[in-house]
Amino acid sequence: MSTTYQQPTERGYYGQFGGAFIPEMLYPNVEELRQQYLDILADPAFQQEYQQLLRDYVGRPTPLFEAKRLSAKYNTHVYLKREDLCHTGAHKVNNTVGQILLAKRLGKTRIIAETGAGQHGVATATVCALMGMQCIVYMGEIDMERQKPNVYRMRLLGAEVRAALSGSRTLKDATNEAIRDWISNPVDTHYIIGSVVGPHPYPDLVARLQAVISEEMRKQLLEKTGSELPSYVVACVGGGSNAAGAFYHFLEEPAVKLVAVEAAGHGVNSGHSAATSVLGKPGIIHGSRTLLMQDEDGQITEPYSLSAGLDYPGIGPLHAFLADSGRARFISIEDEDALRAVAELSRLEGIIPALETAHALAALGQLGAGPDDVVVVNLSGRGDKDLETYLKYADTIL
Amino acid sequence: MQNRIQQAFQKKGKGLLNVYFTAGYPSLHDTVPLIKSLTQAGADLIEIGMPFSDPLADGPVIQASSTAALQNGMNMRVLFQQLEGIRQEVPEAPILLMGYLNPVMQFGVENFCREAAAAGVDGVILPDLPLDDYVAEYQDMFRRYNLRPVFLITPQTAPERIRRIDELTDSFLYLVSGPGTTGGANTQAEGVQEAYFQRIEAMNLRNPRLIGFGIGDKASFQRACQYAEGAIIGSALIRALEGTDDAPAAAARFVSSVLK
Ligand SMILES: Cc1ncc(COP(=O)(O)O)c(C=O)c1O
Repeated sequence: MSTTYQQPTERGYYGQFGGAFIPEMLYPNVEELRQQYLDILADPAFQQEYQQLLRDYVGRPTPLFEAKRLSAKYNTHVYLKREDLCHTGAHKVNNTVGQILLAKRLGKTRIIAETGAGQHGVATATVCALMGMQCIVYMGEIDMERQKPNVYRMRLLGAEVRAALSGSRTLKDATNEAIRDWISNPVDTHYIIGSVVGPHPYPDLVARLQAVISEEMRKQLLEKTGSELPSYVVACVGGGSNAAGAFYHFLEEPAVKLVAVEAAGHGVNSGHSAATSVLGKPGIIHGSRTLLMQDEDGQITEPYSLSAGLDYPGIGPLHAFLADSGRARFISIEDEDALRAVAELSRLEGIIPALETAHALAALGQLGAGPDDVVVVNLSGRGDKDLETYLKYADTIL
Repeated sequence: MQNRIQQAFQKKGKGLLNVYFTAGYPSLHDTVPLIKSLTQAGADLIEIGMPFSDPLADGPVIQASSTAALQNGMNMRVLFQQLEGIRQEVPEAPILLMGYLNPVMQFGVENFCREAAAAGVDGVILPDLPLDDYVAEYQDMFRRYNLRPVFLITPQTAPERIRRIDELTDSFLYLVSGPGTTGGANTQAEGVQEAYFQRIEAMNLRNPRLIGFGIGDKASFQRACQYAEGAIIGSALIRALEGTDDAPAAAARFVSSVLK
């Protein structure tokens, strides 16, 4: 079977990227998931429960908002897909609602997750509270400090937050700890991965659960612009789940330019960056063959971004394939420019974006979009969690 | 073609001790002195960890030793240089390399096999190398260099998969003692572990079995030896090397404490 952008091969490959490079201890769990996820997702009873929760609990469909003042500034038509208005404040909950229903059908009673910015942790803690399931979230010690409000939210929701103390004490290390937990608890536990990363079938599973973003976009664009297809879709990429969801129903539409925005940190060549598509080479991280920041010995390099959600040395295999094949354009944005974009959206549209999302907004000036173009930016999350950071960098922002 | 792993099992039959340590730990040049002292003290097989920045299947002790080894400057090139000539000094004991796939891929799998074979390595353990990928891409290469893959089996591994693994190698089967990473506590209800070991024993597999993960002293070693041809000790040995300035002596004392 050949790959399309949407559909990996049976063994989870998008081109040369993907697969399931996992130790034997994880094989039964991952294999069980692989054999069942498509059937469960296709089950009408699952779909009914999932769609109902998306509507009544998450608050979908999220609006597609025409940002007129932003459009005037960039001399094009900018629409914002308001994932920041999802319950819990980011797109992450689309995935966790789906995976908690999946976990129930697999008979699991204990949920683990990793989190960077804390949004996926909050979204997981939320659905666990909803379903009365035990929830343990691994979070890098550095991220617990810089995303404190989300740590409190998770605890309030009844989750246990465990600090990851190894490596750079950020998202990569939290993911390592979550995987080790799963190795130690193979029978009762489901691991809700928060992005389109990890061993097959996770990248495809998470992409399918986030695909609702672009499914709604097409309908909303038709209504607002007379065409289902925009000129550009722009999204930030940490692991790549909001981007995968925003791109999904446009992947096989060559007329739509897809733009993935990575975090350049202090600068792509500064040694303090998370711009994986530029700095990465094919390698294996968290069970997937993908583009990976690593040294010449194959040791994974510690990434850096001011934004906890983009501070990851890999990208999902779908995105590695999109980068490699040229289907998507990758742009990297430095910390400071992201901070300026926070101020810009706040002042022009009255919307305070998450720091991750601000990277996508900061790319607007680099697209080359003209007055006849329609640009959709996936507004993946809101900025409440980042207020402390925004205060600290007030000189840059204001 | 036979290799040293099979010969070791044929010669001793049961009660084999396989010891794991991380190359380049506690200091960069301890690798070869450790191999010598461990075998002199009575260890039957030597498993050398190739340190990786993100060892997913390892617990805190091996993680810490890997980080330290990388900081000491260990890498694949250095390790193969250190192993040059090891077979003059340690002719018989099987040597296995254990590690993660990414550093091996970046080194080049064929380069890795060639260098390993040249150094006199007998077996390779790469826990995150999928069976299908091994068969499709590397099996012929491993055969050409007379390197034996060692695969893990856990309490959750299905019987038909165990049979397949047993067909794919002529070395030994690495029985992970229970759920957990290396050094793990393995808290399991009474009888569960025994039932698992006995179930595997009753399958009458081609390969001998070594039990690993959470084996750390004489008592747990002897208990494991009741259910398999031997056992693997890693984290406990590394703990015995922590903070010592004479690693070979500490390693020898540790092996003696397990075997005496
Ligand atoms: C608001 C927001 N956007 C984006 C991301 C990055 O994740 P992904 O690339 O999977 O969308 C995060 C991750 O925490 C986030 O919280």
